[in-house]
Formats: sequence, C-alpha cells, structure tokens
Amino acid sequence: MRSLVIAFFLTLFSAQAMAASAGVQLDHVDIDITDQASLQRGAQTFVNYCLSCHSASFMRYNRMAKDLGLTEDQVKQNLMFASDKIGEAMTVAMRAEDAEKWFGVTPPDLSVISRARGTDWLYTYLRTFYLDESRPMGTNNLAFKDVGMPHVLWEKQGYLSKDDHGHLSQAREGELSQHEYNQEVHDLVNFLAYIGEPSKLQRMALAKWVLLYLFIFFIVAYALKKEFWKDVH
Amino acid sequence: MSSFMNWLDARFPATKMWKEHLSEYYAPKNFNFWYFFGSLALLVLVLQIVTGIFLTMNYKPDAATAFASVEYIMRDVEWGWLIRYLHSTGASAFFVVVYLHMFRGLIYGSYKQPRELVWIFGMLIYLALMAEAFMGYLLPWGQMSYWGAQVIISLFGAIPVVGEQLALWIRGDFVVADATLNRFFAFHVIALPIVLLGLVVAHIIALHEVGSNNPDGVEIKKNKDANGKPVDGIPFHPYYTVKDIVGVVVFLFIFALVLFYAPEGGGWFLEKDNFVPADPLKTPEHIVPLWYFTPFYAILRAVPDKLMGVMAMGGAIVFLFLLPWLDRSPVKSIRYRGPLFKIALTLFIISFVALGYLGTQAATPGYTLAAQIFSVIYFAFFIFMPIYTKIDKDKPVPERVTFQ
Repeated sequence: MRSLVIAFFLTLFSAQAMAASAGVQLDHVDIDITDQASLQRGAQTFVNYCLSCHSASFMRYNRMAKDLGLTEDQVKQNLMFASDKIGEAMTVAMRAEDAEKWFGVTPPDLSVISRARGTDWLYTYLRTFYLDESRPMGTNNLAFKDVGMPHVLWEKQGYLSKDDHGHLSQAREGELSQHEYNQEVHDLVNFLAYIGEPSKLQRMALAKWVLLYLFIFFIVAYALKKEFWKDVH
Repeated sequence: MSSFMNWLDARFPATKMWKEHLSEYYAPKNFNFWYFFGSLALLVLVLQIVTGIFLTMNYKPDAATAFASVEYIMRDVEWGWLIRYLHSTGASAFFVVVYLHMFRGLIYGSYKQPRELVWIFGMLIYLALMAEAFMGYLLPWGQMSYWGAQVIISLFGAIPVVGEQLALWIRGDFVVADATLNRFFAFHVIALPIVLLGLVVAHIIALHEVGSNNPDGVEIKKNKDANGKPVDGIPFHPYYTVKDIVGVVVFLFIFALVLFYAPEGGGWFLEKDNFVPADPLKTPEHIVPLWYFTPFYAILRAVPDKLMGVMAMGGAIVFLFLLPWLDRSPVKSIRYRGPLFKIALTLFIISFVALGYLGTQAATPGYTLAAQIFSVIYFAFFIFMPIYTKIDKDKPVPERVTFQ
C-alpha cells in the first residue's frame, strides 16, 4: 500500500504526461453522429471486422436500427451475424478464455471505448498499424505500442512499414487508396462515438428547447423581481 | 381555508414557522451577487437527492454489475441519461456553488461573532459533502473510481500504529472490492445524506437565530423601527424569494449548457479513465482526484513525508474551522478592512486556485516547489491572521447598510 501511495506521488497525473506517454501526435477527426450515412457505413465495418472479437455489450441492435434510420429487417439481414433477436445487445460468441489464449488479452468491450480513449486516438490507432517482425501478429502500432490486436483491416489499408525516424510508408497496397481508407476509418470511429453515447442524439436535440425555456423564464422572473423590488428603498 | 389553518396551527406551528423563516424573517436589503449561492446550494442539494433516488432504482451496488448498470441507465432507462448527467454535473455544481458561498463568507466576515456556529455548521456540511462526493465517485466502478478510492483510503495507512488496520477496516478487504462498494453505497445513499440534511437544517436555524450578515457587515438588528423591525431589513419572502428565482434561472441556464453540451466537463466532471471498468490488476498511468479535491491533494503532495502530508491536508481544513477565532478585526466586511487583510485574502485565494491547478498536474520539481510555496502561503493566511487582522488599519464602518 505504501508503494501505491509513492506511485501515486510520483506518476502524477497530467494530461501532458498522458499525451507524452502515448508518444504519438494524434490525428484529429471530426465526428458527426447525426450523419446517418456515415454511421451506417461505420456499422457495416464494425459488424464485419470488429464484432467477431470485440463486443459492444451495452448497445442493442434495435436501438441502433432506430438511430441509424434503418428498419429492423435491414439490420437483421445486413448487420446481425452474432445474434438473432433484434432486442439483443452486440455480444460476441468468442469465449474470454479463448481470446486470452489467442491474443494474450481479452479484447475489450467497445461500447464506451470512444469515451475512454477519445475519437482522435481511435482514428490514429486504426490507421497506424505497421509491420514489425518482432511481434507475434507481425504488426505493431504507433498509438498503442505492442498491441495484441492484429491489423484486422489490412486487406483495405494494405501494410505500412516504419522507417528509423518513426515515419510510416506504404509497404503493400490494399484495396483502398489512402484517402478511401481514412474515410472508412472515419466512419467507423464515428460509429464508435455513436455507440459510446447513443443518448447524445436526444441530448443535443433537447438542449436548445431547455435553454429557450430557461431564457423565457428568466425574462418573467426578472420582471417579477423588478416589480416586487420597486418599493424597496 | 383560514379555518383549516387555524385547525392546523393549533396542532403544528405551520404559520409560525412560515413567518419565522420566510415572511417575517428580515434579511438585509443590500444583498449582492454573492448572496445567491446559499439558496443555490439548497437547490443543488434537492436536485442531488431527487436524481439520486431515481438512480438508485436502477443502479446495482455490485462489483460485477455496477459499471454495466450505469451504462444501462445511460441507454435503456427512460430519461436515464438525463438523470445521470443531472447527478454527475450536479456534484461538480455543488462544489462550485459551495466554494463561492464560502468565499462570500470570507470576504464579508460572515463567520465572525455572532455567526461562529453558522460557519461551523457550514464547514461540517463541506466535510460531509466531500465524504459524500468521494464515496459517490466509487459507485460507477470505473478505473478512476477504483484507484482513486484505493489511494485515498490508503492515506489512512499513514496514521501511526493503527493506520494499516484502519485502512483495512474501512475497505472491508485487502484491496478496494465488492465489500467496499457496498458500504460506500450505503454511506452515499443513506448515512451521509441524512447527516447532510441535518446539518443544513442546523445551518439555517443558526442563521435565522442570529440573522444574515450583509456586504457591509453591519448588524441590521441594531437599527429597529417602532415595530421592532430592522429598518434595513426586508422580509425574505417575497423579496428574496423572487430575487433568488432569478438567480436560480441563471444558474440553471449555465448548468444546462454544461449538462447538454459538455457533460464530461472536458474530463473534469467525468474522467476519461472512468469509462474503463475497474480493474484491480491494472493501475492507470495517472490517478487524478476530481477537481474539487485538488487543492488539498496538492498540499498532500507538497510535503515529502507521507504522514506529515496527510496531517497538512487535514490541517488545511481544520484551520478553516478556526477562522472565527483567528480573525481579531472588529470589522467584518472587506469593504472596511485595511490593506493587510485584503492582501492576505488575495494571496490566499491565489494560492487556493493555484494549488487546485497544481493538484491536477504532474509533480515536476518545479511544480512541487510551486505547490510548497503556495501551501506555505495557504497556512500563513491562517497562522498570522490574529496578528495582521489586529494591527490592520480598518476603515470606519457606517451605521446603516449602503443601498442605492
């Protein structure tokens, strides 16, 4: 316990230190969770490439259908491979013990990953896998050193290699151009941002009405105060 | 209606209490901006209790399900996200409002005779509030919940002889675990709210017994008219009820801006790491206390020795309790105080804010030195107060309050 406190004293908690320890300049990504087309493309990538290992166990398919502007049938036919009931959560069939054996760690649940890591980090992470012979999966990552996850999207991006200065360059072409791949990752990160907080759609829609109500209330309350205080001298 | 009130008043002092505390409670007419924060603190207390009740209906105080139950509230419970954000934003708002309320007490000398007990009850509320916030923060069972609790409880281990046993007793386990979560839940939803409510009642009863201070620090009870009403006083209701409604609406507007557009408060109200479920095997790189604890946390870190650090942190709060007896000036309000107090208070506020900032930053040697300097100023404000308040060149205090 003493060492814990010492660690607490020494490690010390700054945003700068956190960025420094990540050791990579994060690329900025603009998120718009009201862009349903982007979210639909992101969902497609997510269920095809992520959902086989990572769950999003707080996210329900029917909620996604509603928020992405899809019918439940569309979701059932195109986006549901792991479960058969529309009200179910996005879980995975892979057992945690197996996952640990294969990858060294259990792939984390991705429901709130965008809120834990931030969207810029995710956007950078998914685009900076590079070839590294010393790793069991043959790839490493700039944003997440010695990550257990292989470069799942390699077919799309191809493979990058890292030079001595830490710069990445294309080593093998993928199906997509760099621009197309960035766009695809953008949609995926957008989708991850959406599942991080689906209620944000309601929150943003409600906000202006609450503020408008309070503004009108303020005018009334202020007039009332003025009226009452007229006779205080 | 009046016959019903007669029936009621014969059995319960309804009208009497209404008059005593509202319609015939005479408050100074010169309250300014700083006097909104008392009623706002009460508003936030009620908000926290009401939203807390609804959260309790869906939250599960169980290490295996706590994290998921919070996300369940955020997604599957009708309006759950709003209730949860009201509660999490409310916690930070509570401290904002309480700190401003305490600052008001400092600048206008509201802690001075005859209001010592008002101040003591207020300080006890502040202590209970810190305990309430600390225990509440464990409940989402994220990484920062877990490790924050782990570190803070381990501070008790610094106490000689009984320390380690005490820390073990508080946790109910060798590390923060399910047992800790359960007891913190019990304290957070039952024990501390009862204590808080009791203290708030005591705070208000003590205040209404001695009467409110004001920005001039003039006792309005010294100037009464023929009917025995203070000439500079106005009935709290309706004058201050209608005025406080304006304050409430402005507060709610700012509160809604945060709640709807930035409920994480830029990572200050909901920390990023707390979206990762608690993992006893994985210490986060940086354990940051929530912003309202960081001044005291910076003091803790500024002292190299652990036990001395804990004592300094405790002392930083104990000194606040002693304020009514450390201040020897006959003048209450900063308006009529001499330059020494004004300088001392300015340095104190700068130190408190600076310590709050430093508590969030990595303790580089430079920052640690800064924290040590500001800690010394923090304590010097109290230690030398009996001297500088006594020799200060105070100005004459007017007979009546100033009101334009």
